[in-house]
Amino acid sequence: MGIRYFVNINMNTFYFIAFLSIFFSILVITAKNPVHSILYLVLTFFTFTVHYILLNAQFLAVVNFIVYMGAILVLFLYTLMLINLNKDSEPVKSNMVKIAAVLGGGCLLVVLVGCLKQVGVADPVLLKDPGLGLVQNLGKVLFNEFLLPFEISSLLLLSAMVGAVLLATKDPKPKSV
Amino acid sequence: MELGDIIIKFILVVIIFAISLVVAMYSTYAERKIAAFFQDRIGPNRAGPWGLLQPLCDGAKMFLKEEIIPTNASAFLFIAGPSLAILTACLGSAVIPWGQNIQIGSRVVELQVADINVGVLYIFGVVSLGVYGVMIGGWASNNKYSLLGAIRAASQNISYEISMGLSIIALLMLTGTLSLRELAAQQHDWHWNVLRQPLGFLLFIVCAFAETNRTPFDLPECETELVGGYHTEYSSMKLGFYLFAEYINMFISSAVMATLYWGGYNYPGMDWVLVHTGPTIGPLIGVIVLFAKIFLFIFFFMWVRWTIPRFRYDQLMDLGWKVLIPLAIANIVLTGLISNYL
Repeated sequence: MGIRYFVNINMNTFYFIAFLSIFFSILVITAKNPVHSILYLVLTFFTFTVHYILLNAQFLAVVNFIVYMGAILVLFLYTLMLINLNKDSEPVKSNMVKIAAVLGGGCLLVVLVGCLKQVGVADPVLLKDPGLGLVQNLGKVLFNEFLLPFEISSLLLLSAMVGAVLLATKDPKPKSV
Repeated sequence: MELGDIIIKFILVVIIFAISLVVAMYSTYAERKIAAFFQDRIGPNRAGPWGLLQPLCDGAKMFLKEEIIPTNASAFLFIAGPSLAILTACLGSAVIPWGQNIQIGSRVVELQVADINVGVLYIFGVVSLGVYGVMIGGWASNNKYSLLGAIRAASQNISYEISMGLSIIALLMLTGTLSLRELAAQQHDWHWNVLRQPLGFLLFIVCAFAETNRTPFDLPECETELVGGYHTEYSSMKLGFYLFAEYINMFISSAVMATLYWGGYNYPGMDWVLVHTGPTIGPLIGVIVLFAKIFLFIFFFMWVRWTIPRFRYDQLMDLGWKVLIPLAIANIVLTGLISNYL
């Protein structure tokens, strides 16, 4: 099955999934309850996975599924459940802050609209090699052409991890847990 | 795909779904019988001969019990929790190769629903999704014990996913494929991966216990500390779904372990059998062998449950982060060295 099957899916699927992505991401920011908004975020990421599959990037799709939906958002949910925010405990924001937020958001909107106006509708991109997103090809590209950036990004992640551990253990003499 | 193929896939999906449900149903019976055996009791023996109808009675009881949604619970998520749990439990069976291609009449049928070339990662993704059912249910119950259970489930799953992933990496270094179909085909005859990856298998099975929330890793529903854990507030079939999801998870993870490490449908002397029994009966024997392996693993799950007491929470975290992850990394290095220099 594989390649031919996924490429031939028509544009309607894409538009439907794109609509769902936008719909769920709007729900993420409008949901009153933070836990609900994380759950909407999970759905948003799920639609991203479907996008990747439509683009025939199966590896990216599954990794997005595992890393974002399966790990990072679980940790988000974990933290939010512990904090247990709700309407009662949320501090009331003053009007000044609200006005500033509206102004800031409006400016960003103007900039985005201005940028997007310049962009023309591109011709549909035809991949020279439709199998590019499959694990084997991706691995070959990552470990040949992009070996250095790939390894350096792993160092970045490592340093971030060490930093996080350092911040978490403020106690100079950590007790045995 | 032509219509015939689609119909065959559909039939296959229905059969696998039915088998998972029946296996899960009779796992509850097996669990009680095995527990009884270990504790020198008789176990269920009233409904039907040897109590064989017991799971049906339990199911009927679950369906007929009163449906309760606590006043302060978030009703939609309260229902979504168990539904998600059972949905993610059933998803995993899609990529497992249940046998070699089998010839029925003039048609050759693949005994696998979908041969995606990232099958191992798909399984992994489904496993990591499994925790949402528990978390959402635990949080939506609006009960402190449930919340604690949910939080435990989350941290436990995340911790053990890491070492599970690392133990799979060592296996992939040897096999060079992410497709479960190829993985199974490579272990032809007796070339089972467990012979080449004994440590990897040990790590994987420990993590599988943790991911399915089975004793000694069942802290999310630790009744000595948390009343009932994440399903404290649940009753009737919603509770049934949670319990059922656990047994389906056990079945699927046994199938995954059998496929990844114990040769799947392969057994020594299979070529001889295939030649002598023909292309229809031969692969069926392979399927039976796979199921025998799965049932052995399910028995092992139960054996451990009724033998080893539950971990303390800090022991659980220590084991995950300080023992399993270093061991898994050492396994990767060792595998790399051996496969390069030997």
